[in-house]
Amino acid sequence: MTGFRTCPTTGFKIDLNADKLIKWNAVSAVIFLLIGGLFGILVALTRWPAVHILPPDLFYLALTAHGLDVLLVWIIFFEVALLYFASSVLLQCRIATPKMAWLAFILMWVGALMTNVAVLMGDSSVMFTSYVPMKAAPSFYLGIILFAVGALIACFIFFGTLVIAKQEKTYEGSIPLVTFGAMTAAIIAIFTIASGAIILIPTLLWSVGYVGSIDTVMYKVVWWAMGHSSQQINVSAHIACWYALAAILFGAKPLSEKVSRMAFFMYILFLQIASAHHLLVEPGLSSEYKIFNTSYALYLAVLGSMIHGLTVPGAVEAAQRAKGYNKGLFEWLRKAPWGNPSFSGFALSVVMFGFLGGISGVMMGTEQLNIIIHNTIYVPGHFHATVVTGTTLAFMAMSYWLVPVLWQKELVGAGMAKWQPYLFGIGMGLVATFQMGAGTLGVPRRHWDMNFADAMINYDFPAAANLMMAGNGIAAIIATVGGVIFLYNMVATILWGKPLQNAPKAEEEAVAAGPVAAHGSAGTMAVPGTFVLALIFLTAFILYYFVNWKYLASVWGLS
Amino acid sequence: MAIFPPPQRVWWNEPVEKSEVFWVSIALIWALIMFFMMPYWHLTGEQNLSNEAYRTTPDAFGAKVEAMVDQYKVREEGDTGVPVVRPPAGSDVYMLARLWEWYPVLEFEKGETYRLHLSSMDWQHGFSLQPENINIQIHPNYDMVVTMTPTSTGEFGVVCNEFCGVGHHTMVGKIYVVDKK
Ligand code: HEM
Ligand SMILES: [Cu+2]
Repeated sequence: MTGFRTCPTTGFKIDLNADKLIKWNAVSAVIFLLIGGLFGILVALTRWPAVHILPPDLFYLALTAHGLDVLLVWIIFFEVALLYFASSVLLQCRIATPKMAWLAFILMWVGALMTNVAVLMGDSSVMFTSYVPMKAAPSFYLGIILFAVGALIACFIFFGTLVIAKQEKTYEGSIPLVTFGAMTAAIIAIFTIASGAIILIPTLLWSVGYVGSIDTVMYKVVWWAMGHSSQQINVSAHIACWYALAAILFGAKPLSEKVSRMAFFMYILFLQIASAHHLLVEPGLSSEYKIFNTSYALYLAVLGSMIHGLTVPGAVEAAQRAKGYNKGLFEWLRKAPWGNPSFSGFALSVVMFGFLGGISGVMMGTEQLNIIIHNTIYVPGHFHATVVTGTTLAFMAMSYWLVPVLWQKELVGAGMAKWQPYLFGIGMGLVATFQMGAGTLGVPRRHWDMNFADAMINYDFPAAANLMMAGNGIAAIIATVGGVIFLYNMVATILWGKPLQNAPKAEEEAVAAGPVAAHGSAGTMAVPGTFVLALIFLTAFILYYFVNWKYLASVWGLS
Repeated sequence: MAIFPPPQRVWWNEPVEKSEVFWVSIALIWALIMFFMMPYWHLTGEQNLSNEAYRTTPDAFGAKVEAMVDQYKVREEGDTGVPVVRPPAGSDVYMLARLWEWYPVLEFEKGETYRLHLSSMDWQHGFSLQPENINIQIHPNYDMVVTMTPTSTGEFGVVCNEFCGVGHHTMVGKIYVVDKK
């Protein structure tokens, strides 16, 4: 049985099943962000040498739980909500097989709990990567597998819904760009989960004694086919959110459907292969393989991201200019709603994902440059920029719009919400920067004591490295405050928010402004402001890239 | 708008804005430059991993380490009992990783080249030479050969930077580099 309600804010016809599923998946996501975030701050405080709050066994336990709960559980639950939103809501179509969707939901919860319990029991502190031959409890692997099966079902429901929408002609022409982005994410997800099954099922069997041994290099090659490609799910999903937010907040239309879709398509074609990022200093693999794989064949997927980096802000600029913010290069940007957390979160996400996450990622994914950062805390620095200031912040920005609209409640704590993206985003940006700085000085990742107090032989890191790790701790506290505000905003809105009075809101204005930008900027005003920003980005990229080659050239000869 | 189907049904024929075409072109050129930097560095750079590696076993590798220690041990490291080994320049040198130590301590001469073999006796470990910041992943059953030419003298730490259990943070080794006599 399917029923629909009409959203008073947007006028969208929403399937009641999809409505519930989106809400429950989003709420589950937020719960695990809370749990994972708590572990995160404990880890950060332990890595602050003067604070050092956890003992070693609990530190490694907390780090394992942190990685799993945020990277896997928070992100994927939210992505499932997004998939249902981008299919069922945006196409105004009933969701395919809602019963299966609930099954997926339950599997994901059971899996997440099982793995968390295994970790909390203390005998599975193997990090979320669980490199063999280090062994976790069987329920650790089983939980991840169940969680992944749930996520896989959710992907199929997404595709099923697309098929239904096509058959029942709930829309005309092509699917919206945001749905296309979500589809990119779902396609990559299926590839990813298949890789995960190929490696985790034998590992589960090995952990219970049915399989004798697993080759350590082979494990990593296949594990990272899941682990790295799944990061491209996140990228596709959060870029879909960027486009959605640009549309919702500004009525922005993509500069060119063709270019934006092609950029997503490059992800599908090229991002799959990138597991070698994690294998660049590994034995047993040839340089030819490493170079081809790490560059996604000639960096064509990076090209995709650089295109979105222009077209997303470009779409905003075009829409703002169409509304008359035409003065100089940047009036469109100055007059943007910086006090609206949906916008500020989105803007910070675009900037930090590109400048901090993107540039560092390409640098460290270069075969030889990887030698000078592999497994240092530079690596967590990089991915906190991508998956936290990029993905997580974009999801938060999306939530600030989606939660009040779906629940039809007024945002509780709107005054604090104004500050949230700045606290969380800039705090996290600093976390990433300090970690990258410390990594450049050689500080290892996943390490309880960089001063080696209990070691037989000693090594002293430069004092600056200790300072950076203290800075990391302080920045982590700032980010945590931002995270807590987000959680409060969401939970309080859902529980105690006042019913939304549907006075005309920013989005409606935006929707009304939509047709003006029917051609994007094509033929009319170009987007010079965005273009200048893009050139600044490229300059920073080139400089940073070659500085690192120079640094590499100064170390011992290796051949 | 990106949340609605494209207004033009035939969106793939719409003109593309000039700055977009321009940006795609320079981004593509930059992508190609970055790609060709890697093979270029293999040809001209001084820092490349050879990826020379062999299958081995902990026993076989351990035996080679011991043989080298017996032959070239020069002293012990402080009061740790860990041997310091000074192998001849140009030779095959062995260092093993195990829970939770790097064994033995090595002494190299600046400007000489050594074929350093690295392998693990148990789990994976991370060979992280500080403060040079050279980082190499160490696997059990793989003998990774890195041909190394120290270009500076002093005491260098070998930190483990692959998580290897609850004593991971106590796993530190050492390499000395001295001037040629
Ligand atoms: C308040 C928020 C957060 C803080 C303070 C924080 C801090 C940290 C710190 C200090 C580390 C340890 C680095 C190391 O010792 O190797 C870490 C690791 C990590 N963080 Fe976060 N983080 C936060 C949020 C997040 C979020 C939202 C995500 C993902 C969406 C994330 C993903 C990860 C991952 C995947 C690791 C690596 C775990 C591992 O090495 O196994 N973090 N985080
Ligand atoms: Cu180790």
